Amino acid sequence: MSEIIIQIDGREIAADEGMTVLEAAQKAGISIPTLCYLETLEPYGACRLCSVEVEVRGRTNLVAACLYPVEKDLIVRTRTEKVDRIRKVILELLLAHAPEARGLKMQEYAEEYGADKNRYEKEPSFCIQCGLCVRYCAEIKKKSAICFVNKGPSREIQFIPEIASKECWNCTECFPLCPTEYLQGVFVLTKALAFPSTPMGPSAE
Amino acid sequence: MPRINSTAELEELRKGILAQKDPNKPCISVCAGIACLGSGNAQVISAFEEEIKKQSLDAKVDLIATGCHGFCEKGPIVVIYPEEICYLEVTPEDVPEIVSQTVVGKQVIDRLIYTDPNTGTKAAHQSEIPFYKNQSRLLIGNSQKINPKSIDDYLAMGGYSALSKALFEMSPEGVLDEIKKANLRGRGGGGFPAGSKWETTRNAQPGVEKYVIVNAHEGEPGAFMDRALFTGNPHLILEGLIIGAYAIGSHQGFIYTRHDTPVLRKNLDLALTQAKEYGLLGDNILGSGFSFNVEVHLDVGIFVSGESSALMRSIEGMPPEPRPKYIRTSVTGIWDRPSNLNNVETWANVPQIINQGYEWYSSIGTERSKGTKLISLSGNIVNSGVVEVPMGTSLREIVFDFGGGIPNGKKLKAIHFGGPMGGTIPESLIDTPLDFDELSKLGASLGAGDMLVLDEDTCMVEMDRLFLDFLAGESCGKCVPCREGMRQMLKILTNMTQGEGKEGDIELLEEISGVVGEAALCSLGRSIHKPLISMLKYFRDEFEAHIKEKRCPANVCKELN
Repeated sequence: MSEIIIQIDGREIAADEGMTVLEAAQKAGISIPTLCYLETLEPYGACRLCSVEVEVRGRTNLVAACLYPVEKDLIVRTRTEKVDRIRKVILELLLAHAPEARGLKMQEYAEEYGADKNRYEKEPSFCIQCGLCVRYCAEIKKKSAICFVNKGPSREIQFIPEIASKECWNCTECFPLCPTEYLQGVFVLTKALAFPSTPMGPSAE
Repeated sequence: MPRINSTAELEELRKGILAQKDPNKPCISVCAGIACLGSGNAQVISAFEEEIKKQSLDAKVDLIATGCHGFCEKGPIVVIYPEEICYLEVTPEDVPEIVSQTVVGKQVIDRLIYTDPNTGTKAAHQSEIPFYKNQSRLLIGNSQKINPKSIDDYLAMGGYSALSKALFEMSPEGVLDEIKKANLRGRGGGGFPAGSKWETTRNAQPGVEKYVIVNAHEGEPGAFMDRALFTGNPHLILEGLIIGAYAIGSHQGFIYTRHDTPVLRKNLDLALTQAKEYGLLGDNILGSGFSFNVEVHLDVGIFVSGESSALMRSIEGMPPEPRPKYIRTSVTGIWDRPSNLNNVETWANVPQIINQGYEWYSSIGTERSKGTKLISLSGNIVNSGVVEVPMGTSLREIVFDFGGGIPNGKKLKAIHFGGPMGGTIPESLIDTPLDFDELSKLGASLGAGDMLVLDEDTCMVEMDRLFLDFLAGESCGKCVPCREGMRQMLKILTNMTQGEGKEGDIELLEEISGVVGEAALCSLGRSIHKPLISMLKYFRDEFEAHIKEKRCPANVCKELN
C-alpha cells in the first residue's frame, strides 16, 4: 500500500492509501472527537462530531473525518472556529437527550467545547442514535436483533422481539457500547420483550 | 405491432399513421391530468363516449383522454379540434350540448368559454386565454394533443425522430457535445449542467456497466409539473433517456417514481411495452446495434428517496438513506457503478435539442439559464396550474399575466420557490427574472420549479413551521444536525406561533441553521433551514413581532392577537 503525505493542523503526516482522515489522525496521535465511530464497525457518518475542514486544490470543505478518504496534498484542519462551533452545537443538541450521559466521552467533549447541556429544551430520551448497538448486532454478531424504526425526529431504536427473545440476554454486548446510558439498551430490550405486540414503525405514530 | 428496423421503416410507419389522421376531423381532447380527474373528468369522458355513440358519430369524431392541459384551476378542461375551442369547468351535463352544438354544429357555447374576471372579455380559443397566451409550451404543449397510452400518437407528433437522428447521424460524442453546447441545466433543483454530468459518467470506470436514471420522485409539496408531463407524454422522457444512454454508453436505465401515482405507472408501463414492441427500446434499437433496457422502480413513500444517493440505495433494494461516503454517484452510483441521474424535465428537453440543435435551444432563455421551464403555480393565485415559460420571464409576468394575480382582492406578499428546502422572496423583488443564478443570489433557489404564491394573510413563522413539520416526516433521521436541528427548530417555531417565543430565539434558530447547513449528511439535511434563512432575511420583523409583542402581523397564529 502506498504512502501518502497529508497535513493535519500544520503537521506533515504519513497515511496509507485507503485510510480515512480520522484513521490517519489517530495514527499520528491527533484526537478528533467521535460518538458513532467504532474501529471494528463500518464508518457511519451520523453524529458529524468528527467534522473537520479539508482543503483540496485550494477549495475548503467541511467533511466527516470518519468517512473522508486521504489523498495526496490534503490539508486538514481539526480545530477551526467553524469546526468548534459546529461540534459545540451538535453536543448541545445531543445533551438535550442525555444531559447526564454516563459515557465519559460526552461529558469530556461537552467540557472541551463549552457545550451547555441546558441550551435546548430537554427531550426525555437517553438515545442519541449513534447506532453503535444496531450496527454491532448486525455487523459483528450478525443477528440484527435491534434496528432503527421510523424516520426524522421520530426515529428510534427497537429490538425485534422474535430475535431478541432468543439472542439478547445471552449476549448484551451492545449495552456497554452506549455513549450515554447502559440502561437505555436494557430498557428498550425489556420493553420489546414485555410488550412484543407494540406496533413499531410509522404506524405507531 | 411490427418491429421497426431502420430509420426508413420508422418514417414509413409515421407516414402510415399520419395518413390515417385527418387534420380536419373533429377531435375532442379531454384533460385526464390528475387535477382534472380529481374534479370529475372521468365522468365527463364517459359522458362523451355515450353521447358520441348516441349520436352515431363514432366514425366522424375522435375522443382522446390526454395528459395535463396545465390550466388546473379551471378543470375539467375540454378542447375541441381543429378549431381549438377551449371549454372550462365542464360537467357531464354539458356534454350533449358540446357534441351537438360545437363538434357537429361548429357553434361556440358562450357559457363554457373563458371569461376574464376583471374585464369580462371572453376567449373561445385556447391561444387567446391569458393563461396560455404567452407561454412557450415546448415540452408540455403536445400533451393535450395526444393519448398518452398511444405510441402512434407520439409518433404522429414527430416522436422518436430525435432518437433515430442520434443513432444514425450522430456519434455518442456528438450527442454529448450537442447537450453541452446547449448548456442544458438540470431541472431537478441543482441547475447543474447536464452535459458535464453525462460526460463524468461516460468517462468513469471504463469497461464497467453504466446506468442512466430518471428521477420522477417529485416529492415536494407544491411540485406537480413532472408528474403532469410524464403522465401525459411518457414517450418524450423515454426518448430523451434512450438518447442520453446512447451518449453515455449505458445499456440499462431506471425510472424511479412514486408508489402513489397509479396513472403515471400505468401509462409508463404501457409506453415501455409499446416502445419495445416497435423496437425503439430493447435489443438492437431501430437496427442500429445499440441496445438499452429500462426498469421502473417505486419509492417507499419518503421525501428523502428523491435525494440522488438515497434513490440509488432504494433501487439497490436498501432503505433510502443517503450514502455518507464522499463519492459522486455519477462515478460510483448504483452497485458502485457510474450512474447518471436527471429529473423528468431534464430528460424531456433532450429530444428537441437533438432535433433542432444547440443554437436554436440556446437562443431561448437568459445568458446562463437556457430553454423553457415548467412551473407549478399554486398558493394564493387566481390561476393555479402548470405553466411553461422561457427562462428569463419575470416573476411579475408569471404571477399576474399567467397566474391572473391574487384572488379576493388581496395583496401579494411573497413568492416561495422550491418547497420545504427552498426560499422566499418578497413582493418588492417581483421583477426578478426566472433564472437559476438570479434567484439563487436572492436566497431562493428555483428548485424544481414549484412556485408558491403567498398573499398578505400569510404568516411567515407559521409557513416555515409547516415546512419543517413536513420535513420531520420525510427526513431519514440518521444524522444529528438534520434530525436534532429540525426537532429544535420546530419546537422554537411552534412556541413562537403559540405566543411562547423568547428573546434570543431568532439567534438560536440562526445558530442551528448554521450548523445544519454546513454539517448535515445529505443535501436534504443541508437545505432544511433555507426557507427560514430567506424569511429571516426579508421578514425578520414578523418573527420579532411574534416574540416581542406576542403579535402575529398576518393574523394567522390564533393563540396570539
